[in-house]
Amino acid sequence: MKMLSRVKRDLTMTESARGSGGSRVDLVLIAEMVAPGARVLDVGCGDGELLRLLSETRGVDGRGIELSREGVNECVAKGLAVIQGDADTDLADYPDDAFDYVILSQTLQATRHPRVVLEHMLRIGRHAIVSFPNFGHWKIRLQVGLGGHMPTTDNLPYAWWDTPNIHFCSIKDFRLLCQASDARMEKAVALNAWGTPLRFNAPWWFWNLFGEQAVFLLSRL
Amino acid sequence: MVELSAARDVPARHSEADSPRDSLIARFGADRPLKLDAGVSLSPFQIAYRTYGALNSERSNAVLVCHALTGDHHVVGTHPVTGKSGWWETMVGPGKPIDTERYFVICPNVVGACMGTTGPASTNPKTGKPWGLDFPVITIRDMVRAQAMLLDELKIETLFAVAGGSMGGMQVLQWAASYPRRVFAALPLASSTRHSAQNIAFHEVGRQAVMADPEWRQGRYLVEGANPKRGLAVARMGAHITYLSDAALHRKFGRKFQDRENVTFSFDADFEVESYLRHQGITFVDRFDANSYLYLTRAMDYFDLAADYDGVVAGAFKGAETRFCVVSFTSDWLFPTSDSRAIVHALNAGGARVSFAEIVTDKGHDAFLLDEPELLAIVRGFLDGAARARGLSARR
Repeated sequence: MKMLSRVKRDLTMTESARGSGGSRVDLVLIAEMVAPGARVLDVGCGDGELLRLLSETRGVDGRGIELSREGVNECVAKGLAVIQGDADTDLADYPDDAFDYVILSQTLQATRHPRVVLEHMLRIGRHAIVSFPNFGHWKIRLQVGLGGHMPTTDNLPYAWWDTPNIHFCSIKDFRLLCQASDARMEKAVALNAWGTPLRFNAPWWFWNLFGEQAVFLLSRL
Repeated sequence: MVELSAARDVPARHSEADSPRDSLIARFGADRPLKLDAGVSLSPFQIAYRTYGALNSERSNAVLVCHALTGDHHVVGTHPVTGKSGWWETMVGPGKPIDTERYFVICPNVVGACMGTTGPASTNPKTGKPWGLDFPVITIRDMVRAQAMLLDELKIETLFAVAGGSMGGMQVLQWAASYPRRVFAALPLASSTRHSAQNIAFHEVGRQAVMADPEWRQGRYLVEGANPKRGLAVARMGAHITYLSDAALHRKFGRKFQDRENVTFSFDADFEVESYLRHQGITFVDRFDANSYLYLTRAMDYFDLAADYDGVVAGAFKGAETRFCVVSFTSDWLFPTSDSRAIVHALNAGGARVSFAEIVTDKGHDAFLLDEPELLAIVRGFLDGAARARGLSARR
């Protein structure tokens, strides 16, 4: 009986995994962290979904960097200010404090030098927002620990030999990086498998086990 | 053997420079001289231009199109000299990305050219003869300064957009640097903030080809009734190669023979690619003035936007409110993507709002003139976004 009610709850969660305007919940969550009218740089902006959401709901002055040519051209054709570039090499060209927020959404794990990228974000922006898949999630631990193989999930469908993701971390690991990079954690949210935020006052170990994704709002110490 | 067409009447070429067909002309008298970077003034002078579409009542929908080295102000429609269609038919027109039902498009012939704006083929009022090499050396900034005078004449304070490729893109960048408040959106395509050593080298070969032709007569060919056709054709042939790419030439011609089964053991145009280049050279000399070619290539060589800002390009765009759309093409080896990236870096350093796309094509530098669907979609999307921000209505 308990099991059944749990499933039911999960179904409603699935329904709510897409917020207003059909946007992904993690993007809505990021958008809510951004002050209206702010100057925003979205690093790894993909097809421009978050930039569109930010400009529509928060009225931001948004810019983007995207590695894939297709993504860039799609964004520019939508009228977004997006340039083709690489988070690992091109952030160095931006002056200090050029933006209010620098966002790295689901891209950290694909960078060659996550620490350098994060430090540039904190230099360029007054705030940095980072979202990433949590490698400490129990399903992943099960696949590695008991299954004995590299994990694949709905969020991370790639086989190990063709994945763009080369620097996975858990929520616990990311907190260590924040400490090492002198980043202040202003806000953190973990999302479960259905894109719903986990209980606010849950301990870190709980987030690290049950959070499938995490979103951190950071600033310079 | 392809023979160069017989020497055409000199007065006809000269008259197009003074009295261009199918063109509007703005004349600037002694009271409005064009101050040149060379330290002298050009006065009187005239600008030939064409417009497409209509200016709205707020005078806010003007788009300045800047033509490239051998282009002119006949952007769309039948060209009065060649009888061919305009050079940017894919981009400009009703319903096209630069939509003439929405925007008022202005394209002036640049100073130093030969299609109606004052240049070396125009009559020097002091002598009553063509300027020739007495014409002062001009720069990209001089071209832009003249265009600004034209806009003053047309009572257009701010441009909704400035767009152009190659040398046109240089003018776009100069516009954004010289008159940042007069430019809402800028589209430098396949361009650069400075001409590279390799490009200067190519231009020098072209100029030497012109000057090596005995018919050039130290630049006095118009007065002496001569025409350095062979030199100019060779210059064009060399330049044309740089506008294409190895892959495009291979795709188009390969090693195919021209109207024959085998090599002829001669210096005939055995190969299709030779015949094609000769044709490019011949058709070019019928519409272009050799001295103009010298002056305009020189203007491009001298272009170095950073030089005016202590060697830092970013200085040209400091605090720029203009929004930019920079586009490059993968196979363009004349103005490679690295040049466009340098523009983008400078704009980012200045905090400008910039879009940058690199388009995959094997068509080389000329791709900006061609039917490249991705380029067209990008320009359309960029202008739509800018028009929304500018408060321009969707259609008049």
